[in-house]
Amino acid sequence: MTDAPLPEHPDFLWRNPEPKRSYDVIVVGGGGHGLATAHYLVKNHGITNVAVLEKGWLAGGNMARNTTIIRSNYLWDESAAIYEHALKLWERLPEELDYDFLFSQRGVLNLAHTLQDVREGVRRVNANRLNGVDAEWLEPEQVAEVCPIVNVSDRTRYPVLGATYQPRAGIAKHDHVAWALARSADAHGVDLIQGCEVTGFVRDGDRVVGVETSRGRILAGRVGLAAAGHSSVLAGLAGVRLPVQSHPLQALVSELHERIHPTVVMSNHVHVYVSQAHKGELVMGAGVDSYNGYGQRGSFHVIERQMAAAVELFPAFARAHVLRTWGGIVDVTPDASPIIGTTPVENLYVNCGWGTGGFKATPAAGWTFAHTIATGEPHPLNAPFALDRFTTGALIDEHGAAAVAH
Amino acid sequence: MLLIDCPWCGPRDETEYHYGGQAHVPYPDDADGLSDAEWAEYVFYRDNPKGPFAERWVHSIGCRRWFNVLRDTASHQVLAVYRLDEPRPEGTR
Ligand SMILES: Cc1cc2nc3c(=O)[nH]c(=O)nc-3n(C[C@H](O)[C@H](O)[C@H](O)COP(=O)(O)OP(=O)(O)OC[C@H]3O[C@@H](n4cnc5c(N)ncnc54)[C@H](O)[C@@H]3O)c2cc1C
Ligand SMILES: [Zn+2]
Repeated sequence: MTDAPLPEHPDFLWRNPEPKRSYDVIVVGGGGHGLATAHYLVKNHGITNVAVLEKGWLAGGNMARNTTIIRSNYLWDESAAIYEHALKLWERLPEELDYDFLFSQRGVLNLAHTLQDVREGVRRVNANRLNGVDAEWLEPEQVAEVCPIVNVSDRTRYPVLGATYQPRAGIAKHDHVAWALARSADAHGVDLIQGCEVTGFVRDGDRVVGVETSRGRILAGRVGLAAAGHSSVLAGLAGVRLPVQSHPLQALVSELHERIHPTVVMSNHVHVYVSQAHKGELVMGAGVDSYNGYGQRGSFHVIERQMAAAVELFPAFARAHVLRTWGGIVDVTPDASPIIGTTPVENLYVNCGWGTGGFKATPAAGWTFAHTIATGEPHPLNAPFALDRFTTGALIDEHGAAAVAH
Repeated sequence: MLLIDCPWCGPRDETEYHYGGQAHVPYPDDADGLSDAEWAEYVFYRDNPKGPFAERWVHSIGCRRWFNVLRDTASHQVLAVYRLDEPRPEGTR
């Protein structure tokens, strides 16, 4: 665990320019993915005539609402490849961006509470190792060694029967990640334009040649969408239908505590995940609300259930107080894997469907999306995540496979 | 938490129900003649509007019957509740 003090609250890290009349590339959505895309458009492809358009403020969407868990222990080869690429990029990003955003590789435990969980976990450990992802199977006593406050007694309702462990997994300060990416992109000439909502697309026949915004028309050679929960609303303005459903997802934090929780613990079966933020809050999340919603708030019973699970797993939390809860809107695909690639409309590209798990992918999402936008072709890492997999049937079914229930 | 008015049992908390996704998605008439793209549309593509949405719910720990709800996905307001054999209420599109 890194013991570095929190970075100073930064001064102004980027300009706030007026939009130009046209750009080579417009990225819609100033969350982590949009900013990482701009960063790699500059760094990997030398494209600097770029604007990132954000309807609110930079990183005010899911980027600043998530529980910051970073891991790459996904089951399928395609997922392991892209999430592990992301993890390798995370490992060098603080240096690359010259910004300590407190990436802390404190490990993640994914607990097993049933025989089926155990089998699924062991299978995933084996799959991870075949893909070069660090993974171990731990027995309950070993779980208690990694995280002494987890209750591994066999007298709970759903005893801990073991866990998968990825030591290189961890957390990072999400808003600082966004600011670091924004500072770098800005310094290389990218225009970051806040308070600029995309309300339509400018077409020339089958091609997109620009966007209509709340600040006027802006032309573009290529347009990439990175709008997370609003991706289908946005793509719909261009006549593109996406197989995503938007759901509220909540998180909450406790008041500050001393350092008692050394790692990240996730449980699919009782469904809670918990880590301790650098300042000391316990950060908790659970699953999405079942119904579609754009309300940025969720149902109380979801919180009630996750708290019950947390208190049984961590008896020490019983007297902790909830300080705040909030919600974000996540876009979920039928196979719980993202869509990154081309669309039926020329010069329009989409990065969406990351659902509950896209923060960990931020650098790889940016890397592959920038490649796709710059070259017009997918990178080998995102080729399997094309929109047409829902027609061909080549799904990457991470539902229940990715160590988390969605 | 939503308060949903079951057509048979009256208003109950959301926790008594299960969500069933978009309403009014009929099984294709000409199933044998469908292209892959048309199958994809039927199996995987659903509307995802920000605003009024017709969806199915089942009163799973009550009368166990399915029905439709017209709900605003931005405000969470329930605009109408109606039986499966009834059309989407007029003037709500
Ligand atoms: C509560 C919660 C917990 C999560 N926990 C984790 C976790 O622990 N680990 C993990 O890996 N992932 C997690 N996620 C998921 C992760 O946050 C998202 O998958 C990821 O942030 C999505 O990419 P993004 O950062 O670009 O999205 P966002 O930050 O949401 O960026 C999209 C941006 O697009 C903007 N936008 C939308 N429409 C328009 C428009 N018309 N014009 C202009 N701008 C527009 C929005 O304002 C927004 O800023 C969590 C999400 C939530 C909500
Ligand atoms: Zn009923």
